[in-house]
Amino acid sequence: MDLELAPEHASFRDSVRELAQGVVLPLAAEVDREHRFPDEAIQAAAESGLMGVLVPREYGGAGLDALAFAICIEELAQACAATAVIVDVHTSVGTEPILLFGDEDQKRKWLPRLASGELLGAFALTEPASGSDAAALEMTARRTADGYVLNGTKVFITNIGRAGLYVVFARTGPDEKAAGVTAFLVPAKAEGVRVGQVFDKMGLHGSPTGELVLEDVSIPASNRLGREGQGFMVAMRALDSGRIGISGQALGIAQAAVEETRALMRERGHEQGDDFSLADMATRVESARLLAYRAAWLCSRGKTFTREASMSKLHATDTAMQVALDALQIAGEDGAVAGSPFERHVRDAKALQIYEGSNQVQRIVIARELMKTG
Amino acid sequence: MDFEFTAEQVAIRDTIRELVQDRVAPRAAEIDQSGEYPKDIETLFAENGLLGIPFPEEYGGISGSSVTICMGIEEIAKACASSSLILAVQALGAYPILVAGSEEQKKRLCPPLASGEKVAAYALSEPGSGSDAAAMKTRAKKHGDEYVLNGTKQFITHGSVAGTLVVFAETEPGNDHRGISAFVLERETSPWTVAKLEHKLGIRGSPTAQIVLEDVKVPAANRLGDEGAGFKIALAVLDRSRPGIGAQALGIAEGAFEYALNYVKDRQQFGQPIAAFQGIQFMLADIATQIEAARHLVYRAATKVDTRAADLTKVAAMAKLFASDMAMRVTTDCVQLLGGYGYISDYPVERMMRDAKITQIYEGTNQIQRVVIARALLR
Repeated sequence: MDLELAPEHASFRDSVRELAQGVVLPLAAEVDREHRFPDEAIQAAAESGLMGVLVPREYGGAGLDALAFAICIEELAQACAATAVIVDVHTSVGTEPILLFGDEDQKRKWLPRLASGELLGAFALTEPASGSDAAALEMTARRTADGYVLNGTKVFITNIGRAGLYVVFARTGPDEKAAGVTAFLVPAKAEGVRVGQVFDKMGLHGSPTGELVLEDVSIPASNRLGREGQGFMVAMRALDSGRIGISGQALGIAQAAVEETRALMRERGHEQGDDFSLADMATRVESARLLAYRAAWLCSRGKTFTREASMSKLHATDTAMQVALDALQIAGEDGAVAGSPFERHVRDAKALQIYEGSNQVQRIVIARELMKTG
Repeated sequence: MDFEFTAEQVAIRDTIRELVQDRVAPRAAEIDQSGEYPKDIETLFAENGLLGIPFPEEYGGISGSSVTICMGIEEIAKACASSSLILAVQALGAYPILVAGSEEQKKRLCPPLASGEKVAAYALSEPGSGSDAAAMKTRAKKHGDEYVLNGTKQFITHGSVAGTLVVFAETEPGNDHRGISAFVLERETSPWTVAKLEHKLGIRGSPTAQIVLEDVKVPAANRLGDEGAGFKIALAVLDRSRPGIGAQALGIAEGAFEYALNYVKDRQQFGQPIAAFQGIQFMLADIATQIEAARHLVYRAATKVDTRAADLTKVAAMAKLFASDMAMRVTTDCVQLLGGYGYISDYPVERMMRDAKITQIYEGTNQIQRVVIARALLR
């Protein structure tokens, strides 16, 4: 048992922290207020190699593991949760499926451009009538002589309009539910790809979320990821490690709330009521971090980590919500004024309990894993 | 024990409910998005007599009962928390006059408020004095038969739109809370300046102003109670207004729950409405139970206001604390029940969650409510 970060992880954390605190944090209030994409932050992340954390060096990435990925997202989120989710979705569900399920040609074609940040990745699974019940998706992929034609609408797509490449899930066969789903790589510039409504959200204003509309989009067979009918498995595996990233994002928001509360209490003075609240907040964050790092550690060792990733996502995001609310309560009315990080954390944190599998779905996954025989 | 409203209260509630459904609910999203004070809703409430609810008939009103006030606030808050403050703050501004005013002052100051000709506001907090109200720095100096006020008041709901402003100021600096007095400022004769309007997490249609008083002259006839009685008046007012914030929190929670309940019955996943899943059912049961518990505490506190019960301070604080904590939890869960749709502004529950937070903070933060409750318990 060794619960210390290895020196390479610690130094990686320090370098991401420097970038996050130096470049990302000063933009956080503005991107929230203006609802604008944090171009400068993403540019800086790309220059520092953070867009290819999980991509092996031979494909132009940093070749780091899931723990480094969690740390990266945590540090970014401590500065700006919107920037963190842009990088998170790009890295995990937007890029990792190619890493795990792509053939050699697909890896050589797409990974270097994703790892460098030239292309931003995105993941398009959810549809209006198919959220938690992902296997019920209705987007179609009709086989043609040399490829497929895709039709349908996806919703709640992070990085909408900014992504250069979407990992898209569509129905290729008459097979029921999950067995008929296939994964595709759909370039944003392919004909018939359109951005639908971009949503006005409670938080994460710097991260665009919206509808992806595909109208007779022709893509070559070489853009099919994995086998026909393998798509649902691709999605579920991508979401397992995506949940490690979201755990990191939750930790970052919660840690920021703790740090800001500490600073405020030192400056303003504090009585036992606030002390107890701060103690609970810090304890929750610490426990969530250990759970997240363990899930990442299992993943990076190639062990089964589905249950642990779900537990981590559930606990870390519930923690982030609670800690953000507690911090705002301590800050009081000054914290509820727009532009204060306290109110922003509350608005940002809520999304995490919902996306990458709502926390209800995490409980279903955890219970299912627990009830398996063995 | 009697948990029923009177026939008269039910009639008032039904009128308000109809008005809210027809006129307020359709405006709520827009009010939030524009962040502008809904003057049209104020006019609607004035024309329909709602702003007379906080006042007894002899002062031009229709009730004066805290139970009725809470009922009105709750009904409005179900659709629009910002609009519910139009009634809640009218009551907040009315209480100092009703509690501490002379008969002459009540007869003179109340009717324009009861008719809705003017709206009221209440100015206690300052930049350096929030929970610690006795630390205020606004000064009132007596010159002949008037006072001259100087200072800054912070987070004043409706401070920018009010025609009547109750202000607390020090008449005897250095004498801590015993040196504070209460004044009624009328905009035409004692104009104040709005230095800034805050942009906020929620209740965005309810203007929150920073007010600057610079040599503002107030007739001595507008001082409420004796010199030095201000702090006592402020506390007596908060005892009476806190059930109203509880009612606002209750209404917000009920509005969010009603929406979420319909949504889960309608939303199909895995071949059935998500309401068919036990995990969702447990959430629904917990939410409904919390709302029910808060409702009784709020109306029990309101009854204690109306009967001037000895333990009013404690129970009013409990109602505000419990109902506002409940509203925060419940609205957060209602966003969860709608999933991604709950997080976007095409649906009302994210607004309700943002609106709920302030109920844990204003009219005494929930930390202050706990201090008040513990003090009452240990007395």
